[in-house]
Amino acid sequence: MPEPPVILAKGTGAATAAGHAGTASGGPGGAKVFAPWNDPDAKPLVEFRSVTKLFGEVAAVDDLSLKIYPREFFALLGPSGCGKTTLMRMLAGFESPTHGEIWLDGKELTGTPPNRRPVNMMFQAYALFPHLSVADNIAFGLRRDGLPKGEVAERVEQMLALVQLHGLATRRPHQLSGGQRQRVALARSLAKRPKMLLLDEPLGALDKKLREQTQFELVSIQERLGTTFLIVTHDQDEAMTVADRIAVMDQGRLVQVAPPAQIYEYPTSRYVADFLGDVNLIEGRVAAMAAENARLTWCEGRPDFTCPANPDLKPGDTAWFGIRPEKVAIDKDMPPDRPGQNAVEGTVWDIGYVGNLSTYHVKLDDGQMVRAQVANRVHLARREISWEDRVWLSWGKDDGVLLAR
Amino acid sequence: MRRFTWFNATSITLGFVFLYLPIILLVIYSFNDSRLVTVWGGFSGRWYGEALRNDAFLSAAWNTLQVALVTATVATVLGTLAAIVLVRGGRFLGRTLFGGMVYAPLVMPEVITGLSLLLLFVSLDVPRGLMTIMLAHITFAMCYASVVISARLVSFDRSLEEAALDLGCNQFSAFLRVTLPNILPSIIAAWLLSFTLSLDDLVIASFTSGPGATTLPMRIYSQVRLGVTPEINALSSMLVGLVTVGVIVASLISKRAETRRLAAERAAR
Repeated sequence: MPEPPVILAKGTGAATAAGHAGTASGGPGGAKVFAPWNDPDAKPLVEFRSVTKLFGEVAAVDDLSLKIYPREFFALLGPSGCGKTTLMRMLAGFESPTHGEIWLDGKELTGTPPNRRPVNMMFQAYALFPHLSVADNIAFGLRRDGLPKGEVAERVEQMLALVQLHGLATRRPHQLSGGQRQRVALARSLAKRPKMLLLDEPLGALDKKLREQTQFELVSIQERLGTTFLIVTHDQDEAMTVADRIAVMDQGRLVQVAPPAQIYEYPTSRYVADFLGDVNLIEGRVAAMAAENARLTWCEGRPDFTCPANPDLKPGDTAWFGIRPEKVAIDKDMPPDRPGQNAVEGTVWDIGYVGNLSTYHVKLDDGQMVRAQVANRVHLARREISWEDRVWLSWGKDDGVLLAR
Repeated sequence: MRRFTWFNATSITLGFVFLYLPIILLVIYSFNDSRLVTVWGGFSGRWYGEALRNDAFLSAAWNTLQVALVTATVATVLGTLAAIVLVRGGRFLGRTLFGGMVYAPLVMPEVITGLSLLLLFVSLDVPRGLMTIMLAHITFAMCYASVVISARLVSFDRSLEEAALDLGCNQFSAFLRVTLPNILPSIIAAWLLSFTLSLDDLVIASFTSGPGATTLPMRIYSQVRLGVTPEINALSSMLVGLVTVGVIVASLISKRAETRRLAAERAAR
C-alpha cells in the first residue's frame, strides 16, 4: 500500500508560504510547505501528554496526547460535549488535568494560574468588560503587566489598526455591533502578544455571511502575526477554512489529526467521514486486497467495488466503503465500461435542490440509498433526470475510501 | 400599553388612596397652624421650626443617623461577602445551612430578633447603647443587602472574571477591577436599602437600646403615647420625605443599571 499522497496544508499560496517561511522546510523545486508535524525534529509549542480530565465519573478528556507546533493554526473539531472546550480550558488554566501533563514552550503548566500563562483566550461570548471603553478593554492586559503608558497607547493603536477599528476607541462594548465586538475581543486577546491564542467558538455569534468573511480575516491576521492559534469549533466549514491541521474529537479522544484536505479525502473512520461533510457508506466484505486496490463484495450477485487498499484489512473482514456524494456521477444511460470504474443501477427516490447544487437520493436495487451531488450547470427546466427514473451511478476506483471502523 | 378604562382608573385610585391617604393627611396636618392636631387652623410651617429646635428630637435624630450610616456600611460589606460566597463559592460543606441562616432574618418576626438579641447582650453583659443597636441592625440589614447583591451576581457573566484572570489579574484584582465595577449599582442599592431599614426601625431598636441611646422612631413613639402634637407630624413628614428619596434613588440606580445591562446583553447576541 503506498503512502497516501501528501496533501498540502492550506498554506501553499504565495502569501502563506512567505508568511511561514521562517519555519517552513524547503520542498523540491523551492516550493515552501508548512508541515512541521511531518518533521521529526520540529519542536512542538504545546504538548499534551496522556491528559485525562474527569468530572465526577465522566472523562471529558480521556488519555489524550497531542502536539501543536509554532505558527500553526490548529482546530479542535467535534460535537458539543466531546471535550474540546475542556481541553482548551486546561491549556488556559481554568481547569486542571486529573492525570497527565501539559507542556508549553518547554515548561510544564500544571499549577500555573491563568494569569501567569503566556497564552490568551478569546471567549465565546467575547466577555468584553462592559464598564470599560474599547481602548481600555484592549489595554487591560497590558496595564496588568505594568507596561509604561506610552507603550500601552502605542500597542492599543496597533491592535485597533490590526482589526480595523479606528475611531471606535472610546466606544463602550454595548455601542458596538456583533462583528465589531468580535474584533475588539480579538484585539484584546492579541494585545499581550501571547505565545498562543485560544479561540473558543470565536465566530459562533455572527451571521453566516459575516462569519465567512471573518474566517478569512482570522487567517490573514494569524499569518501576519505568526502567532500559534488554537480554535475550538463545532463548525466543520470553519475548521476546514481556517486551520492548518484539524483534530476531530469524540468522547474525550482524538479520532484523527490531519490537514483539512487529508481529513476530508482520507478519513480513517466512519465517524470522521460522517462528521466532516456528507458521505455515502456501504457495508461489505473484503474480497481481495492488493498493494494498491481492494475489492469489496457489497451485494450478492452484483459486481464487487474496486476501491483503494487499506492495510488494516484482510480478505474476509467486514469493511465500509465511503464515498462523497459529489464524487458520484449520475447518468440515464449505462456508462461505458472502463477498467476500475464502478457502476450501480438504481431509481431516483428524491431530489434535494439547493439552487447551486442538486442531491439525488438514489435507491439501489438492494434497498440501500446512495446520494449523488451534482452542480446545476443547466437550468432547472432542462434537467434530464426526474423522480422515479432509472439511473446509473458511477465513480472511479480511487474516488472513495475503504474504512475498517 | 393597556387601554384606559374607568374600571382601571377607579381601582388604581382607590388602591392609592387606601395606601397613601393616611400619609397625605399627616403631611397636610404638619402644616397646620393650630396646636390641636385634628382642627385646621390655617397654613403654617412653624411646627417644622419647632421640631428642629427640639433638642430631644435633634439628639435622637443624630443617634439615628449614626446608627443608620454604620449599619448601612457594615451590612453592605458583610452582605457582599455573603453573596459572593453563596453565588460563587460553589458547593462547600454547610452551604445550604449558611444560605438559610443568612436569609433567615428576612422572615423572622422583629420582636423575636429583638428579644433574642437583648437576651444575648444581657447574658454577655454587653452595656446597651448605640453600639448594640448598630449590631442588631447590621444582623437584619445584612440579609437584605445580600439578597439584593446576590440577585445581581447570579446574572453576572462569569466569563468576564475568567477574561480578567486570562489577561493577568489574580483572583482578588479580577474581583476589584471587573466584578466590583459591574455589581456596583446593586451594592449602592443595598446600602440605601440598609440605611432606610435602619432609619425607620422601632421594634429592634427598642429592645437593644440602653439609657441615652434613643433613636428618632423611639422618641416619636414615646411622644405619641402622651398625645400627638403637630411637631410630631412635621417630624414624621420629614422622615417620610427622607425615606421616599432614599427608596426612589435606590430603585432608579438599580433600574438604570438593569436597563443598561439588558441593552448590553441584547447587543451581545
